This record gives sequence, C-alpha cells and structure tokens, in this order.
Amino acid sequence: MGKTRNIGGKIMTEEKILTAEEIVNNFTDEFKIKIKDTKIKKRSAGVKKNETAYIWMKIDKSAFKDIIKYLCELQFPHLAVVSGNDLGNSIELIYHFTLNYGNRMKETILNISVELPKSNLEIESICDLIPGALITEREKQEFLGVKFVGIPDNRRLFLPEDLPEGIYPWRKDETGPDKLYRNLHEVKK
Amino acid sequence: MSKSSTTKSTYQIPIVPIHPALKEPVFFEFELDGEKIVDVDVKLGHVHRAIEWASRKRNPVQILYLAERICGICSYCHPIAFSLAVESTADIQVPERAEYLRVIHGELERICSHILWAGVAAHEIGFDTVLYLTWQIREKALDLTEYLTGNRVTKAITMIGGVRRDITQDMIPKVQESLKYFKDNFEKLRGIFLDDKTFKMRSQNCGVLTKENALKLCAVGPTTRASGVKKDVRVDTSYFAYGDLDINYTTPDILTGEVNGDVYDRIIVRLLEVKQSIDLIEQCLDKMPAGPIVAEPKIAKLLAQLKKANGEGVGLHEAPRGEVIHYVKFDGVNEAPYTWKVRAPTYNNILPWIPMLKGQQIADIPIVAASTDPCMSCTNRVAVIKNGNRYELNKEELHRLSVEKTRRLML
Repeated sequence: MGKTRNIGGKIMTEEKILTAEEIVNNFTDEFKIKIKDTKIKKRSAGVKKNETAYIWMKIDKSAFKDIIKYLCELQFPHLAVVSGNDLGNSIELIYHFTLNYGNRMKETILNISVELPKSNLEIESICDLIPGALITEREKQEFLGVKFVGIPDNRRLFLPEDLPEGIYPWRKDETGPDKLYRNLHEVKK
Repeated sequence: MSKSSTTKSTYQIPIVPIHPALKEPVFFEFELDGEKIVDVDVKLGHVHRAIEWASRKRNPVQILYLAERICGICSYCHPIAFSLAVESTADIQVPERAEYLRVIHGELERICSHILWAGVAAHEIGFDTVLYLTWQIREKALDLTEYLTGNRVTKAITMIGGVRRDITQDMIPKVQESLKYFKDNFEKLRGIFLDDKTFKMRSQNCGVLTKENALKLCAVGPTTRASGVKKDVRVDTSYFAYGDLDINYTTPDILTGEVNGDVYDRIIVRLLEVKQSIDLIEQCLDKMPAGPIVAEPKIAKLLAQLKKANGEGVGLHEAPRGEVIHYVKFDGVNEAPYTWKVRAPTYNNILPWIPMLKGQQIADIPIVAASTDPCMSCTNRVAVIKNGNRYELNKEELHRLSVEKTRRLML
C-alpha cells in the first residue's frame, strides 16, 4: 500500500496481494446471491510444488457490470481474453482475468462466467472500464452473435465483409456455419 | 474513424495486405497530416483459418499437432498451453522431469524467436549485415532444436502429461557447447544493438507506450515489460519448473535505470531475455531430477481418460511474445473438446499499436510495428480477402523510406 497509480483517470493505491479465498469472500460479501457459484482450484508444479490458484465464478447477468466495476476498484485486473460457449439455450461468456501479477508466484486467475439466454443476447460492454477489452468483445460479437451495449466500435474484426449477416461461426445451432461449408460449390460470390 | 480537427486537411493511406515489417497480412489505415501519423486503424482476419472450429472433429492428441500449426515461430507455446489447459481439466499431474524439459524447450523457443526478431528489426532500419549476423546465431539455435526434438520448426515435442523425448546424459555436452556459443555471441549482439549510435537515433523516443496505456490496453510480454509493467507468466505463476528456478522480471531499468517504453526499451528487454533464457536452460540442466517424462505413455489409455473428463480449464504460458492463454471445455461424452479458445499474445498487443504509432512519421511505421514482434497467423484463425482498389503504399516502398531515414540520420 502507499504508492499511487493512475488508471482510467482514477487514482488508486498500489494493490494489496489478495489470496484466492479473500477474493472470493470479497465478492460473495458484496454481491451475495448474485454470485451463483464459486470454485477455487489449485494446481501445483515443479519439485517444490508451489501452487497457483484458479477461481471459477458464475455470476448473475443483472449484476455483471457492477461486479466488473467492483473488481476494477478491488484491483485493476489484466483481462486475458473473453471466451464463449454455446450451451444450447444460452451463450456463456467467460471473462478470464488475472490479478496480483508483478509478485513472484502470487498471480491468481479469475474466470468470471455469465450466461445469456438466446432470447436476449445483450450484455454491457466493459470497454469504458478496461479499454483493452475492445478486440475480444468485437470478436465475441461476430463469432457468437452477442450484442455488447455501449461498445465504442462494433465493426467486424476477423470475419470477411461478404459473410452473410446472422451467421456466427462458433454457434452450434441453426445460426452456425454448417450450411455455408456444406455446399461450397453453390455459394455465389 | 473520427476526423482530425487540424485545419490542414489530412489524407488516408491504407498499407495492405502485407504487414509493413513481417511478411504477414494485416491491414493498416493511416490518417496522415503531411508526414505525421494522426490516427491509425487496424483490420485483421486475412489469415483466419478457423482452427478452433477444425478442433471440433479432433481428439486432444490430434489437436496438439493442429495447435502446433497455428504459428511457425511459436510452434511450442500453443500446444503446451493447450496441454496445460487439458491437464488442468482432467487433473493430470506431470512428472517432475518433464516439467524441467518443458522449460528447456520453452526457453530454446524464446532464444530462436527473439534472435529472429532482432534480425528483422535490424533489417527494418537498413542494417542488413546485422540481419545476417543475428540469423547466423539463430541457425545454431535451430540446429540445437533439431538435435533435441528431431525437428527444426514444428517440434512435435509436446504430449498431454509430459513431453515426447528425453534429454539424455550423452546429449548434455552438445547442449552446453551451443549455450556457450550463444553466450559468446550475445555480448557481440548486445554491443551492436544497444551501443550503436544510429540504432539509438532510430529507436529512442520512438513508438512510446506509456505504463498506463500498457495496463489499460492489457498489453502482454516484452511489449508491456518494456513499459515497466511487471508481468511475466513465468514469474507470476507456478507452472512447469519455473517455481523452482531463479527468475525475475526483465524490465529496461535493469540496464539503463529508467523506463521509457520506446522501441529501444523493447530491444533491451528482448536481448536481456535471451540471456535470461540461456541462464534458465543451464539451471534446468543442473537441477533436473531423474524419472519418467510423461504421465501416461500409452496414447489409447490417455485418450480414454480424457474422454471421461468433464469440466473446463485454462492454460497460461509465457510465449516469446507474451502471455498465451488457451481455454478448453470437455463435456464428458465426446472425445473432441466442446470448446477450445486460443488467445495468442499479438491479439492483446494490437490496441497498443495505436498510441505507439500516433505522432510518428511514415518512415517509422516498420520499426514501430515490428517492435511488438507481431505474429498475425497466431492472431487470426479464418480466411478473407480485402478490398484493394485504393492507393497502396506497399511494403517495399515503406522499407525504402525507412532505410532512407536511417541514411539521413547517419549523414
């Protein structure tokens, strides 16, 4: 504690190292039932068997933005990537954050998962809190068909402009890419 | 893209489809005011090959070889990150000896990659002699890779739960001989890159990325460390044998006492990391315990075990370009993973390009773009062709401008 650093216009004190249990407790105390499930997994490696903790946290969509805001205040995280699963009736987005980096073997990987029903595939963009999320949000938008509300740039990123609208390559339902590659010779340029 | 508010009218030039530094496709659109860059837009996807989608019909062992083909330079870090994710999901404990061998291969890849990059950087500013000199050293590193893995590029050394080949006692003298060669030549390289006047003129105060921007834009690897952010998966977490080894963050202030976040600092970080890698390989050779090199040598048995796995996991590894993360989910029914997400380091280093390039001159584009050591094949994974009926400033032209700037500075 003590030193200050300026992130996103906010002056913050240098972070205290939080253990995986402390991180989970902080969230469950603050958000109670909005945190649906938490799991801490520790993996050890090498001869000395030092451990690294992986936190898996399922949260309710309604508290999503508040939880990310709370996380940024707790400690400004590094957002590694957002990955997504098509679970049939819903799409699950998993935000992979890392905390406590800069300290020897203290980094904790925090995976926050949020489920969106296919009837309402909208979630708030977190680019205002973590500007580095833009690339990964744009990717999820075109590959899974999730709409990020408030995203500063919603153009396609990886997919070609001539790919028809409404085709999402990572979806496993009728909006998936199957019909495109099955009869490739019939596709009109 | 928002219009510039300067009174003089600005104009735009697309630089496509080949990356201005490395021979890979990426689309840059620069908004220029004379020679000065006002704004930058980056478009990706030219070499997206749908690798994650292709994994849906493969079992985890087959995916190792698919992952290896994501990128030619990082042909170790992708399969190993995938293995880490799978091992975490299926709770496989890797034997201790294999953890050390994994470090050796990871660090050897870092040496190859950083020296390759140093050659490219020299070429970008017109020092082709240095390019040949560095790549001569890299050739030795490739020979060593071939000696240890049997292959020069796609190493096929990774296996879920360990590695596929051991380093036996009789192989160690040859490894040590190569390490000695790297050490002897390292000093020479360091002199050329860090003390040469022209190198300094071209790289200092050029392409600056501030610490704040590096944190906010989630930059990774040498790019973020050169801006003073202490972030290195090898030091931050305990995986492979890194927890047992003596290792610290490489930031430019170790050498110069200050952090500027410019191209010069990124050169410093990469060169110091080559030295660090040599040191780590030596530590591993010293400390490596005896024992098996893979948790389950029978592939059929391993696949049966993985088919039962139900759950998800992530694997993080520090690739030469920075943190690589793979996410895997198994449903416990199918052999193929339910989801596989690859995130290569360049993916996170795209946004930092924008603050780096703003305010620079056209002739600085190649060296600034190259300074993050981008790898487009890693970042893109499906195919696209871009519209190109506009004025194109091609790679050769851009390279000529860069060389001319160096010549001007030398006069």
